[in-house]
Amino acid sequence: MAKMTYIKAITSGLDQVLNDDPKTLIFGEDVGKNGGVFRTTVGLQDKYGEDRVFDTPLAESGILGLAIGLSLTGWRPIPEIQFMGFTFEAMDGIVGQLARDHYRFGGQKKFPVTIRTPFGGGTHTAEMHSDNLENYFVSTPGLRVVTPANPYDAKGLIISAVESDDPVLFMENLKLYRSMKDEVPDDKYTVPLDSAKVVREGSDITLVAYSAEVNEALSAADALAKDNISAEVIDLRSLSPIDTDTVFASIDKTHKVVIVQEAQRMAGVGAIVASDIAEEKIMSLDAPIGRVAAPDSVYPFAQAEGDWIPNADDIEAKAREIVNY
Amino acid sequence: MANGSKQIVDFAKIKATMADPYKHPVQVIDREGKVVDPDTLAKYSDDQLVDFMKKMVWERTLHEQTMNFSRQGRLGFYAPTAGEEASEMGSVTAFKEQDFLLPAYRDLPQMIQHGASVAKGFLWSKGHIQGNQYDNPNMIFPQIIIGAQYVETAGVALGIQKNGDKDRVAFVYTGDGGTSQGDWYEGINFTSAYQAPAVFFVQNNGWAISVPRRKQTAAETLAQKAVAMGVPSVQVDGMDIVAVHEVAKEAREFAAAGNGPVVIETLTYRYGAHSSAGDDPSRYRTKEEEKPWFDADPLIRMRKVLTDKKLWSQDQEDKLVEEYKDEFKNAMKEAEAAPAQKVSDFLKWTYDVPTPAVKKQIAEFEAKESK
Repeated sequence: MAKMTYIKAITSGLDQVLNDDPKTLIFGEDVGKNGGVFRTTVGLQDKYGEDRVFDTPLAESGILGLAIGLSLTGWRPIPEIQFMGFTFEAMDGIVGQLARDHYRFGGQKKFPVTIRTPFGGGTHTAEMHSDNLENYFVSTPGLRVVTPANPYDAKGLIISAVESDDPVLFMENLKLYRSMKDEVPDDKYTVPLDSAKVVREGSDITLVAYSAEVNEALSAADALAKDNISAEVIDLRSLSPIDTDTVFASIDKTHKVVIVQEAQRMAGVGAIVASDIAEEKIMSLDAPIGRVAAPDSVYPFAQAEGDWIPNADDIEAKAREIVNY
Repeated sequence: MANGSKQIVDFAKIKATMADPYKHPVQVIDREGKVVDPDTLAKYSDDQLVDFMKKMVWERTLHEQTMNFSRQGRLGFYAPTAGEEASEMGSVTAFKEQDFLLPAYRDLPQMIQHGASVAKGFLWSKGHIQGNQYDNPNMIFPQIIIGAQYVETAGVALGIQKNGDKDRVAFVYTGDGGTSQGDWYEGINFTSAYQAPAVFFVQNNGWAISVPRRKQTAAETLAQKAVAMGVPSVQVDGMDIVAVHEVAKEAREFAAAGNGPVVIETLTYRYGAHSSAGDDPSRYRTKEEEKPWFDADPLIRMRKVLTDKKLWSQDQEDKLVEEYKDEFKNAMKEAEAAPAQKVSDFLKWTYDVPTPAVKKQIAEFEAKESK
């Protein structure tokens, strides 16, 4: 077992699936010789050859077309969209075609595509590089959406995503790429695609978060603990489907909940979780559902990111408000 | 710039001549039914020529019968094909069963020829899952998003190349309007970048619903657009089935031999409306425009060639039409006998492994459906 960054854990998982299944293919802009603009696929072309790990022309819709056509001819494609903001160029490929194709064949053909794409704020990128666009994809039947919050889950989830015969959108958080290290097994292991995880146990309030906001929620839980408020923190890991069982079990214990997301508040994952809770668990709550999310502006210009992205202080304040309701 | 100084680039000349290599449509039989390329015609046996004619009569009869069915409310969305028989039958017959076809919605006749049954074609139009499932697995259902079939063709062609299949290509259709889509360029360019085996057809039938070909682009031909992707291309008289077939066959051989893709622009005409939903062409085009195309009809000229060779008679054609009508009426009965669809099945097919919420909904619908 070695200490690994989030990005190295993804590379390790990709190495594993390329090794295990000769039908897997990695392709996208700069993923070959350069190993990706973040070095996620570094070394893989040297190890597996240009037939398996290759660059594409610079066109995202074409990349999704390749993925669908390669699925139709028996391959297991792992395309990369260089930044999540560029998925708009591939929206028909992802939402209009890929997500619907298994259904459209009545299950007779499989489309085992894993789309990797980096996203998330806090690294002062150019416009359209940081946006949290998961809300567009979690409302798409036929598509799974997962996003790891730590290196261990990153490797286990990328392997599960590639091995799944469903199309999966695998969101990699830019800020997490190199900011944290975990013990990550060298050997193969998987993390289930549709399960949330309790990452900190607590009894007074449940904090539901995903991706980089999990770390913010954990910091908030530390701060709350100083005042003897015991917060349970859940990492959703899967945004479609959402593992409501894990969320509901926690609410049955704490009777209070705050839902956290980096994305804008409007019509997002947090709203889905809140409505599921309202529908099934309202009698178990003894305070209103709390939400922490970015404001409903367009993603901010990079210099102002710090004022816009919800942080541990915001979560702590909302949790105190709900606990003291 | 000083007066009279010489320009270093003659843009006007470039513009005036750039279409020159592309505007000579390949033709074997002209619009009067005269054989203008006897050497190419001589490559075809009498049986083959008669078979071409039969296939065009089949497609024309299919068109007429589907328009009847549409009026009777027995079909859903259906794109009329009259006028495009030479372009569609001439091209599809140049391909082999193992070739992968990615059709658009006006390409049901080619799909049926490639291994979907007539009943499957009708079921697709009527909105039934069985219309998306074919005996020949080398085919996808008709694409509705114009251009999507072009980028997917790039993936199929690359998959064929990676599988090491030698005598196999992907082939795909769109119309003149389709060449304006970004996906059209991306699909051809990706295929070219990987030198993968595909043949891209553009059936230029003059109209994208109500927008004429000239408003799609200032390019004089659509074939010339392929040069930007490093792909060889040609215009062919799309009302001449022998010319279309010969060009398609050579394109297939070129692509299958590992030379990369080919683009073929067939010059044809959509006699009727865009769709059976009933847009009225008289709102956007004139009878004067239509007449020369009707006169160039692919069946008229082939009929003349075959009649001159004493290989065809009106009597024979009338009998065939009746046979085909029966075939289509039986296919409609078969389509109408397809079992009712279930929402629980739709839910089962949405994911390979249903999500917990979908599982719950499957159970709910199954309970309703069993009542």
